[in-house]
Amino acid sequence: MASKRLGKQTIKLAVPPSIISAYTIVGPKEGEGPLAEYFDSILKDDYFGEDSWEKAESKMLREAVKNAIKLSGKNDSDIDYLLAGDLLNQIISSSFAARELQIPFLGLYGACSTMAESLSVGSMLIDGGYADTIVCVTSSHFSSAERQYRFPLEQGVQRPPYAQWTVTGSGASVLSAAGKGPYITYITTGKVIDFGIKDGNNMGAAMAPAAADTISAHLKETGRSPGYYDLIVTGDLATVGREITIDLLKKEGYYIEPVYNDCGIMIFDGKKQDTHSGGSGCGCSASVLNGYLYKEMQKGNLNKILFIATGALLSPISAWQGESIPSIAHAIAIERTIQGVS
Amino acid sequence: MDYAKAFITGGIICVIGQILMDQTKLTPARVLVLFVTLGAVLQGMGIYQKIVDFGGAGATVPLPGFGYALAKGAMKDVKEAGLLGAFTGGIKATAGGISGAVFFGYIMALLFNPKTKK
Amino acid sequence: MKTKMSAKEYEQYIKSKVPKPNTLKNCIMAFIAGGLICDVGQFVSNVSKSYGYNQEAVSAITATTMVFIGAFLTGLGLYDRIGKYAGAGSIVPITGFANSIVSPAMEFKREGFVFGVGAKMFLIAGPVLVYGISTSIIIGILNYIFAG
Repeated sequence: MASKRLGKQTIKLAVPPSIISAYTIVGPKEGEGPLAEYFDSILKDDYFGEDSWEKAESKMLREAVKNAIKLSGKNDSDIDYLLAGDLLNQIISSSFAARELQIPFLGLYGACSTMAESLSVGSMLIDGGYADTIVCVTSSHFSSAERQYRFPLEQGVQRPPYAQWTVTGSGASVLSAAGKGPYITYITTGKVIDFGIKDGNNMGAAMAPAAADTISAHLKETGRSPGYYDLIVTGDLATVGREITIDLLKKEGYYIEPVYNDCGIMIFDGKKQDTHSGGSGCGCSASVLNGYLYKEMQKGNLNKILFIATGALLSPISAWQGESIPSIAHAIAIERTIQGVS
Repeated sequence: MDYAKAFITGGIICVIGQILMDQTKLTPARVLVLFVTLGAVLQGMGIYQKIVDFGGAGATVPLPGFGYALAKGAMKDVKEAGLLGAFTGGIKATAGGISGAVFFGYIMALLFNPKTKK
Repeated sequence: MKTKMSAKEYEQYIKSKVPKPNTLKNCIMAFIAGGLICDVGQFVSNVSKSYGYNQEAVSAITATTMVFIGAFLTGLGLYDRIGKYAGAGSIVPITGFANSIVSPAMEFKREGFVFGVGAKMFLIAGPVLVYGISTSIIIGILNYIFAG
């Protein structure tokens, strides 16, 4: 086996890269939520001065990248790769932003798991010696996602109580070979899991088995117990998916509940904001990671976290054709200090 | 009195729609298609006219009433013009609603932009 | 992960985890909203009748007026807010049919006036018309054969 591999899914980074800066932009609704103070920029109008939701989303992503680079003290020319993806068909938010940024670009699609996917690939590129500095970014927009996957905004339909609310937001991280942490130490890459859920409103239930599978693989292959982490945090499983994940992992012999939370639950006040089960979308885990989690790690309130972004790999076409929802989850361990790394 | 009858009739038809949406996997669009078809079939069997006679607008305003009007128009024109009537009668009877929806739809799209949900 | 579940087993298990819609409350709201909308229709119908229009004209006036109301409220951005509470109460009446035409027409304006507004406005109304009209034609033909 390759020397840095611990098992079928998990790798250990020999020289763990640091997240040297992070930047978040969110929409007005997210700016009214419990994590508001952690976001770098809150839009007053989610058109963001553009004439379509898609352009607004692309602009959010672009601005997140530019500002994250600025915060890192680097120049655009120092960035070796831009790793980005989003929810829109053919990931136009990312590629249209990359058109202006002129940084070598690798487009990724992992639906809402893209933040962890981009950080995984970025860390490997750096540890492999192929890059010094990389930007990882993703975005989602309530209104652009809604029209692609669901209904026109003005249509008078009821959302089921277990539905999730797509987060309007973008988060970018700058990864560097040289830095003082927080470090990305372990990466567990998910497999596509499908337990047969077909209801596009029930994303949490569709994605929970993928999250449980990846978490269990991570714990098994690293030999860590859930208690090793201050926080195990999934991307956008929301209330329904969180409970299922806890249940499924209990069957595997892992009791994660005391240290476990979900970005989709954290970002909204479900009762006040009427978001039903919670937040979803690439921007959900991206803004919580690069906003709340990053800042809390810098303050020292969190030292070791396991971040698992979860993605539902359906398309509007596959849904119309009655296919179930294949899902994926990627985990990255982020630690303030490195211990036991050779 | 006709207001009370319309309220109850319309209310009950909507409740049936709500139960279908909540308890089955039918989406709103499928409920609308189902209701239009159902209204037409019921009128074909001569049943929906009785509901209209009782409920007035309570039976004609909900979507089964649209199916009812289509079927009633088709049957009426068949009587007057023969087989051709099956093809002309339905649209003739519902022309106002259909044309109105298309025209107003277009005008509203010109005038207004969608607003994001809060 | 060792746990394996068939789609059926998982669906069964999920049922216990997923919050159920409050059907009773939803039905009461749908009943009231649907009833009120129908009463507006009854009002329009009564008024036009009092002006001496015949039954066919009254039906057409009522349908067109209700469609206008649904379309206008959609344009103002109010119909989706009503729909959130009223559910089927505002979907099933013909005002909801108008909403299903106007909402995609507005939404897809950015994609142009031919393939955006023109094509997308029938996203939901299209199937309704296809099945409604086709059924009425079949009924007309059956009527011709058996009653003619």
